[in-house]
Amino acid sequence: MGTIYIMWLRELKRFWRSKARIIGSLAQPILFLVALGFGLGPIFKQAGDGNYIQFLAPGIIGMSILFSAMFMGIQVIWDRQFGFLKETLVAPVSRYRIMLGRTLGGATVASIQGILVLLISLLIGFRPQNLAMMPIAFVFMFLIAILFTALGTAIASRLEDMQAFQLIINFVIMPLFFLSGALFPIDTLPQTFKIIIGLNPLSYGIDGLRTALTGITHLGLLLDVSVLASLTLIVTLIGSYLFSKIEV
Amino acid sequence: MEKENIIEVKNLVKKFGNFTAVDNISFEVKKGEVFAFLGPNGAGKTTTIKILTTLLTPTSGEVMVNGFSPIADEDKVRHSFGIVFQDPSLDDELTAYENMEFHAVLYHINPKVSKERINELLKLVELSDRKDDLVKTFSGGMKRRLEIARGLIHHPKILFLDEPTLGLDPQTRNFLWKYIKDMTEKEGMTVFLTTHYMEEADKVADRIAIIDHGRIIERGSSEKLKKDTKSKTLEEAFLKLTGHDIREEAASPKDRMKLHGRLWRR
Repeated sequence: MGTIYIMWLRELKRFWRSKARIIGSLAQPILFLVALGFGLGPIFKQAGDGNYIQFLAPGIIGMSILFSAMFMGIQVIWDRQFGFLKETLVAPVSRYRIMLGRTLGGATVASIQGILVLLISLLIGFRPQNLAMMPIAFVFMFLIAILFTALGTAIASRLEDMQAFQLIINFVIMPLFFLSGALFPIDTLPQTFKIIIGLNPLSYGIDGLRTALTGITHLGLLLDVSVLASLTLIVTLIGSYLFSKIEV
Repeated sequence: MEKENIIEVKNLVKKFGNFTAVDNISFEVKKGEVFAFLGPNGAGKTTTIKILTTLLTPTSGEVMVNGFSPIADEDKVRHSFGIVFQDPSLDDELTAYENMEFHAVLYHINPKVSKERINELLKLVELSDRKDDLVKTFSGGMKRRLEIARGLIHHPKILFLDEPTLGLDPQTRNFLWKYIKDMTEKEGMTVFLTTHYMEEADKVADRIAIIDHGRIIERGSSEKLKKDTKSKTLEEAFLKLTGHDIREEAASPKDRMKLHGRLWRR
């Protein structure tokens, strides 16, 4: 337990100490909420879909968790470059525990970011429907966070330096976000597009989050939680395996 | 009486692609001695250390560290040694004390014991008054001292030092060697070091092996090396053995492969 705890604690300390990073990572979700929420709100209403902020906020919370979680995972590359990774790799502890501690720490940080975005969205008019569903919303936030921290770790375990970073942003993070139903309802989309969204794990996370927070669902809570939980398990296992095989 | 071997390496080979970094080397390190591994850039020193410390798996050959194999018994080997890497391996965003504490937890040291040891070691490397400062505010020499202190928390049987004095001022270098010499005499700790400073190796090492192009070309005490090559200093002996050519060393195994590819095509 000691190893997992100290790895977790390290991520939290680093997060807490970099106030600039906390503020920086909130800027983008706020921009999305304000620009899209108020900009597209009237059209959304005209189309008969109701209040857009209400629809959008869970998507943006999911987005901020996706971004922070992937960045936390990819930190493995920084640790490799700044040397700290070696300190953990020569220690007489299982690398699976190190990976698990890192992932839980990164996921906790990403979830905190998500909660901060939730609080901000309250300020600009978002209203959760049922407070009793709040714990379920937190479960979804944490599952999204673990899944993508583990995915980031898995990818970073195979990379030597930051050169692939742009590729990861443009070919992994951005498509995951835009093709997840975070920004638009998926019910009325063309069939092919629907299939693509159905293949995106984040879609289930955001749908679950939206269901818990607003009561609107497209895929169903049970499907959401089963897909997300099983994928989280699988990706964490793959990530641990790749992490354990790192050579420096 | 002959002292027992704490490190044994037999016919060790490590290849990256078709580049051979370590080419069939064999050597032993005796318990309690200071063993210096010298060689020009890219000779295979760091690769050998990485194999001994479980960071790389060898292509072939046998390795024993403190009686265990780094491949089959990696955790037992990892318990046996402390290491100061060529480049820093501290977490800059944590304080000096937190870095030490982190290490103690990873090495399963009882929290009460570790607190005592950490404070004691920080005092020894003269960092007590800076222990709650973030490591990113430290100078290169302070970081080095902290890393050495950290490598000693779990009372390792072997201490690996990969160019530990690179870029340090003479005061810090002197301090470190004195301290390390003390540790070997008092605790019977074995030291395996690499350095480019020949006068340091001459001063601290009981035995020396010179490696070049992945092969060990000479070994023995500093006196023997100087006598065999009819040199006045170890540096002269070193240059006679390894030649005056300037070596090119790539940053990582991958770069080394690329470099090799480039040479090949030429």
